[in-house]
Amino acid sequence: MTLDISLAPEILFNIGGIPISNAFFWSWFVFVFLIIGAFLLKRSLKMRPGKFQSIIEMLVGGAYDFVESMMGDKKKARRVFPLVFTMFFFIFFCNLLTFIPGQSAITIKTAGGVVPLFRAIISDYGIVFVMTMVSVIVTQIVSLAVVGPLGYLGKFFNFTSPLNFFLGLMDLVGELAKVMSLSFRLFGNIFAGEVLGAVMLFLFPFFLPLPFAFLGLLTAVVQPFVFSVLTLVFISMATPNGEAETHA
Amino acid sequence: MDMEAAKYIGAGLAIGLGAIGPAVGEGIAASKALEAIGRNPEANGKIAPLMFVAMAITESTGIYALVVALIILFA
Repeated sequence: MTLDISLAPEILFNIGGIPISNAFFWSWFVFVFLIIGAFLLKRSLKMRPGKFQSIIEMLVGGAYDFVESMMGDKKKARRVFPLVFTMFFFIFFCNLLTFIPGQSAITIKTAGGVVPLFRAIISDYGIVFVMTMVSVIVTQIVSLAVVGPLGYLGKFFNFTSPLNFFLGLMDLVGELAKVMSLSFRLFGNIFAGEVLGAVMLFLFPFFLPLPFAFLGLLTAVVQPFVFSVLTLVFISMATPNGEAETHA
Repeated sequence: MDMEAAKYIGAGLAIGLGAIGPAVGEGIAASKALEAIGRNPEANGKIAPLMFVAMAITESTGIYALVVALIILFA
């Protein structure tokens, strides 16, 4: 028996020359499920909440209060909350799906050999990269809208002194490095969790993988939180009087 | 030394050396956060999420090393 671990997601089938990988396939299930769930929930909202609605209200309300305390402004928090909470919830839901028992045993026969039908969605670098690009581009647009095009360029190309010029260039590098650091952090953590689980199952299939599954559960909660909080911090840094500072 | 052995040594070195820094850094972050909570237990709710964020940022260099090691091994 050998470990079969691949960095790239496995291809299930092709539609008109576009390869459909298993991570992509599952992510569409998650999209449809979440969208339908959101519509159903919206329709069943009542003034006097039931049990389920109370739980959801508590979660969303707590998250909103946290966002407001990070942004320090009600109006800004209202604008940024849907983006960051959706990111958090999507990643969190994708991570939770990997804990359905027995799903990795389901395989499907394709042209490229037998591949698992299910794969941890966040362990596909493509999806993580797209989300990171959304986060980074939104940050740039916010900073462009706040300081104006000239101020935005002036942040990176500062000719007042050689030191300032160098620091401006370093800022530019830092903005580009954000793409890598944000995406690799999320992807690396989730993929490493998958590999760790596979290796532990390979070494000793009973009891040994259990503590690592708990570790994976912790990662599954903390990493989406970190991803969305960093997005939040980047956006709040791009707006004036943003006091939160971080170097990622 | 053949290619395969060099790959394994490289991957081991990459993650082994790369894990030193984040380990020290996360230890410092956790110890300081616990100290702060011990001094002021009411601030737990504010400190804990910030500590997790700081830890995840500290961890990122370790994760880069891990990604490099995994790419050496599996790609």
